[in-house]
Amino acid sequence: MRSPQDPELLRRLLRAKDRMDVASHEEWPVARLARVSRVSAAHFARSFKEAFGVPPHRYLLSRRIERAKALLRDTDLSITDIAFQTGWKSLGTFGRIFRDVTGESPGQTRAREKANSHQFDRVPACYLIAAHRPDLKTAVSEKRRRDEGSKNKATKKEVP
Amino acid sequence: MNLGVGVVGLYVRDQDEALKFYVDKLGFRVHTDAKNGDYRWLTVQHPDQPSFQLGLYKPGPPVLDAKTAETLSEIVAKGAMPPLVLVVDDCREAYKRMHARGVEFTQEPVDRYGSVDASFRDPSGNGWKMIEARKVPS
Repeated sequence: MRSPQDPELLRRLLRAKDRMDVASHEEWPVARLARVSRVSAAHFARSFKEAFGVPPHRYLLSRRIERAKALLRDTDLSITDIAFQTGWKSLGTFGRIFRDVTGESPGQTRAREKANSHQFDRVPACYLIAAHRPDLKTAVSEKRRRDEGSKNKATKKEVP
Repeated sequence: MNLGVGVVGLYVRDQDEALKFYVDKLGFRVHTDAKNGDYRWLTVQHPDQPSFQLGLYKPGPPVLDAKTAETLSEIVAKGAMPPLVLVVDDCREAYKRMHARGVEFTQEPVDRYGSVDASFRDPSGNGWKMIEARKVPS
C-alpha cells in the first residue's frame, strides 16, 4: 500500500508546481524546482511524481502545450511566435511535441478552435485552461514510439 | 435570516493559522468559534457578505477517522481542493495590500477577458482566484 506523503512536504511541492504554472515558458531544471520546494534534487523528482502523478518535466510540457493551445485559440500570433513565447527553443520541437500530445498540428488546432469558438467568458480563465489541460499519462516519447509502431502516421505536415 | 446557502467549508491544516490568515491578511471576521472537546466549529465572514459564512475545518476525529483525515490533509496540501473565487472591486489594489501582508500569490494581477485577476493560496494550499468585479456599464 502507498505510504502517505507528509502534507508539509506536499505544500512545498505545490509551490514548485505553482511556479511552473505561472511561468511555464521559463526553464525549470529539477535543481531550480527543488530549491523552491526546499528539498534535494533527487528527493524532489521522486516526491513530485508521487504527489502529482507525472514527473516535473512532463508536467511542464503539458502546461506549455496548454498555453500554446490557448494562444492559438485566442490570439492571431504566428505559430513561430507562440512556440517561442511558450518556452520552446525550436519550432520543430514545438510542432513535434504538440502533435504528440494533442494528436494534431498547431495549425490544425488553430483552424478547428477558431471554427467553433464558444462562449467561455463567464468561466475564470485558469479553470477553463485547467479543464482543457492535456492529459499526459504516458511519456511523450513513449507515445510517439507507440504510434509509430501501430501505424504509419497520417500526414506529417510541416508547421508553417 | 436570508434563505440559501449559509456555510461552505474549507479544510485547513491548522485552524489557528487559518484564522489568522483569513482575518489578519484577508480582512474577514470571525463569525463563530466554538469548541467542543476535540471539535472546533470555526467560521469566518466577508465583511460585505453577512449572509454567508466560510467554514475553516480541520479534517480529523471525531468527525473523520485518522486514515481519512490523513488522505484529506494530503489532498489539501496538493492544492487539489475545489477552486474558490474572491470578488474584489480593485484587483491590483487588493493584490498590493495582501501581498504586503505576506499572502502567497501564485499569479500577479493580469488583465484579461475584460477584467483583472490574480491568484493566491492560503497557508494550507487552498487556491483562490481573485477577480475584479466587472463594472456595470452605465
